Amino acid sequence: MNKTLPPMSDLAEPYFAGARDGQLRLQQCRGCQQYQFYPRTICSHCSGGELDWTTASGDGVIVSFTVVRRAVSEAYDAPYVVALIDLAEGPRMMSALVDVDPESVAIGQPVTVAFAEWSETISMPVFNLV
Amino acid sequence: MTDTSLKGKVAIVGAADTEVGILPGITPMELCVEAALAALADAGINKDGIDGLVTCNAMAQPLMYHAEAFAEYLQIFPRYCINVGAGGGTTFSILHHAASAIATGMADTILIVMADSLRSGLSREQAMLIQSSTGHPQFEQPYGPTVPAYYALIAQAHMAQFGTTAEQFAEIAVAARAHAALNPAAQKRDPITVADVVNSRLIADPLHLLDCSLVSDGGSAIIMTSAERAADFPHQPVYLLGVGEGHSHEHISQARDLTTSAAREAGERAYKMAGLGANDMDFAQLYDCFTPTVLVELEDLGFCAKGEGGEFAASGALRPGGALPVNTHGGLLSHCHPGNPGSMFALTESVWQLRHTAGERQVADAQHALVHAQGGIMSSHTTLILGREVH
Repeated sequence: MNKTLPPMSDLAEPYFAGARDGQLRLQQCRGCQQYQFYPRTICSHCSGGELDWTTASGDGVIVSFTVVRRAVSEAYDAPYVVALIDLAEGPRMMSALVDVDPESVAIGQPVTVAFAEWSETISMPVFNLV
Repeated sequence: MTDTSLKGKVAIVGAADTEVGILPGITPMELCVEAALAALADAGINKDGIDGLVTCNAMAQPLMYHAEAFAEYLQIFPRYCINVGAGGGTTFSILHHAASAIATGMADTILIVMADSLRSGLSREQAMLIQSSTGHPQFEQPYGPTVPAYYALIAQAHMAQFGTTAEQFAEIAVAARAHAALNPAAQKRDPITVADVVNSRLIADPLHLLDCSLVSDGGSAIIMTSAERAADFPHQPVYLLGVGEGHSHEHISQARDLTTSAAREAGERAYKMAGLGANDMDFAQLYDCFTPTVLVELEDLGFCAKGEGGEFAASGALRPGGALPVNTHGGLLSHCHPGNPGSMFALTESVWQLRHTAGERQVADAQHALVHAQGGIMSSHTTLILGREVH
């Protein structure tokens, strides 16, 4: 059984292409300069339609997390840590914390992005404690 | 000015549940029929007495045209017929729409009926995957969050922000079980302690097994009509005095705020319509898929200040005979949780409480109740305020 792979879409292609190249990419609005996640056809702040892909710093802070003790399927090895990360650029995203002792994780800790190869074509942004 | 408020315009005149728990060998559609016939009997009418129908789909028996399929099964031919899906919030968003349909003349008397067989109709693996698919398919689901994990993110944030403890969450499960112990229909009735909850195995930190609701089979139905017609039915009508909704996000990673939900707006809108406040409520039925859900709802619906939900729960207020009995039937935590229909049982229980026919668990002289449901991950909220009289 395989992990749940994200379905591809034209809109999100630069995001997943970036992840394959070791970059965390975010959309930035040409009008109001705000960053957003997840990718959309419009800016979620000003509804502007001109969005540029930019490479994010990959730095963030844990705003919440949980240690999943009962896995969603056999493809996932419990315990594993699912977290909400506030990126330095502003947007919030869900991700996984990897290579970490679950008992040592706390809200407010700084994290930095890493990339996990989940298939030949898909790498997922994950995070490490700094 | 036209009075567009739904206050006092409609009443619930019939209510019934099927048996709940583990019911192999009966399909969700058959449970719907059983619940509907019992609610019609309770209202003292036959199937020709309804001209409106609202249902919700069943995960264990998904049907493209669920409401039509039910109408065909029962051989009724309504002029208002709709199948609604809003997760756990479905029950009361449906009630809001149905009340509006009666007020605007789309229908006179509406049957609302729902059932599902999460326990017997699906494997554990299937039930888990279907429910966790509420996560964003590209940006959440790949990380393997389960439904308890989504709610655990809210609980952890509340603990970090306000110092809420696992023991305080646990008290919510203990109170639910104490109510269920008084309810012969409940799936789990053996009393539990805070120690039992925090010593049960961790599912997604900080949620233990006993912080999580049950997985059940069961169905439930109500009959709603206009306040004028309600006087002709055999039982004390239970009037809708206020209703309000709030919607803030679908995915938890996109929530405006992790620890304050759109229950706040839903509650404010419902209180305003009713002309009543939190202090006027004799009991409350609060959506309890997990214990932290109740804690956040207690705060957002004004029963205590933001951040004080833990202390409020730990005071014993939610227990039978407490300052604010919550989930007097035992809730999703101890009565039953068959998925989207879950809150129907909170509604039928509220009808019986306000009729003063709830037996051993009757809240003394109950006049007003607040009933709240939410769907998604604290995403869509509807608050109802019910009462024995319109004033």
